[in-house]
Amino acid sequence: MNAAETPALALEGVRKSFGETEVLKGIDLTVAPHEVVCLIGASGSGKSTLLRCVNLIEPLDAGRVVVEGEEITAQGVDENRIRRRIGIVYQAFNLFPHMTVLRNITLAPREVLGMDRAESEERALSLLERFGLSDRRGEYPDRLSGGQQQRVAIVRALAMRPHLMLLDEVTSALDPELVAEVLNVIRELADEGMTMLIATHEMGFARDIADRVCFLEEGRILEEGPPERIFTSPENPRTRRFLSRIIAAGRL
Amino acid sequence: MLGGRAVLVSSASTVLFFTVIVVIVALAPGSGLVAERFFSPFHLWRSLVGSESEPSVLSAFLLNVYIFAISEVLILILALVIAVVRQIPGPVFFPFRMVAVAYTDLFRGVPLILILYIIGFGVPGLGLAFFSYLSDITYGIIALVLVYSAYVAEVYRAGIESVHESQNAAARSLGLSRWQSLRFVILPQAVRRVIPPLLNDFIGLQKDTALVSVLGSIEAARAAQIYGASQFNYASYVVAAALFILITIPLARFTDRLIARDKRRREAGALA
Ligand SMILES: Nc1ncnc2c1ncn2[C@@H]1O[C@H](COP(=O)(O)OP(=O)(O)OP(=O)(O)O)[C@@H](O)[C@H]1O
Ligand SMILES: [Mg+2]
Repeated sequence: MNAAETPALALEGVRKSFGETEVLKGIDLTVAPHEVVCLIGASGSGKSTLLRCVNLIEPLDAGRVVVEGEEITAQGVDENRIRRRIGIVYQAFNLFPHMTVLRNITLAPREVLGMDRAESEERALSLLERFGLSDRRGEYPDRLSGGQQQRVAIVRALAMRPHLMLLDEVTSALDPELVAEVLNVIRELADEGMTMLIATHEMGFARDIADRVCFLEEGRILEEGPPERIFTSPENPRTRRFLSRIIAAGRL
Repeated sequence: MLGGRAVLVSSASTVLFFTVIVVIVALAPGSGLVAERFFSPFHLWRSLVGSESEPSVLSAFLLNVYIFAISEVLILILALVIAVVRQIPGPVFFPFRMVAVAYTDLFRGVPLILILYIIGFGVPGLGLAFFSYLSDITYGIIALVLVYSAYVAEVYRAGIESVHESQNAAARSLGLSRWQSLRFVILPQAVRRVIPPLLNDFIGLQKDTALVSVLGSIEAARAAQIYGASQFNYASYVVAAALFILITIPLARFTDRLIARDKRRREAGALA
């Protein structure tokens, strides 16, 4: 990483509790522009919570979040303005069921960016075209397959031209045969230089796509490094244990 | 859809069913008196159209429709405001939420007829500029709006709460403000889900317009009563009842259509 470059995202000492349980126990993490960082870790280790804290959908208890040099946790900062730069895609798609695919995608560009209808639709259609979904533009979400819905959710986030994408286990709600179509879309984004922070259980995918892998356990980043090293010679015994369980389960 | 044979069977069964009912009713003791007092064609018609001495139940019923139409619109708006205020988060809005909760508790708890008395007889007695000089009908509408908004606000609130939090999270993540998320994402889904219970409340409202007569307005029920008292015949009540039923049925069918249209639209997935 170029030290002089402003990071796309920097987390400093991020803490978050739900009631008594502390889910994030001081997370420090930096993502450089065009970098792809994968978060791995057992279920319940805090991956989703971490991503939700980045765009303040979940308010932090302590720590700072800095997006492209601008601290969004600072007092008086307009959260909505900074969220526009961060695209987030959820495991459960969360498309708006009462709107067509096209309207799902154009809603935020029109209402948030103030784009006119023609322009927003043009942008949406070219994205749909690119991801092989243009014939689905008039459908309502419940008429699409899970893979299609997830790709629409990705397009919806991309329509805001985000500088940073957060992906939360975007394939784990999908049937195995639909996983590839979604992973291919993400791979394509990575190739174009999109900065991404990805929580995933797909270790093979993480190894392929990540510039850096962070292993999260019980709310702490225990180990991070390039995928070649993390997946072949992890230093931390707990990373080793986690990966050997994954390998035993046939997922790597 | 019913097949040819099924249509035949259902028609035959319907005819038989009602024939049996009519025969039983006709043979019952006192049925001649009932027919005369409640179903005399002469009185049915005369009370419907009115005469020199008695008001027409039909024209009086137009007042019920008028009260209903105005109240309904005001209720839909006021109730939505109350429901939305009730779920604004943040400590700054605590007093607003408190007022909204107190409002629903108060107006759901007190019988409508008491609110009618308080507004219709109490407010004019206060000698306020403007507010003490409204018509009986206006006081009636105000009372109906106050009471029904409390119920309808709760219906809206149930709808808002039934929309999963992840919908709001998705909207906010796209940069929409809290208000935009409510307006474009949460409320449209919430309202769709509560159309059937809303209709129920409106059928109740349509019937309760009759209570406005306690303030002196001659609406259908009151007109029927006047007729009954002067002619010693109750066909006027039957006429008024029929009018109320006639208007609630289209309301019910209209809602069915809305629901069906919504379903069809989503299933058809028509091209944009
Ligand atoms: N809204 C919430 N209220 C209370 N507890 C929560 C909430 N959200 C998450 N948690 C708890 O926080 C912990 C971390 O959850 P999180 O969803 O971040 O884990 P995860 O690493 O994403 O797991 P998974 O791989 O299963 O998605 C869990 O113990 C979870 O029960
Ligand atoms: Mg998760």
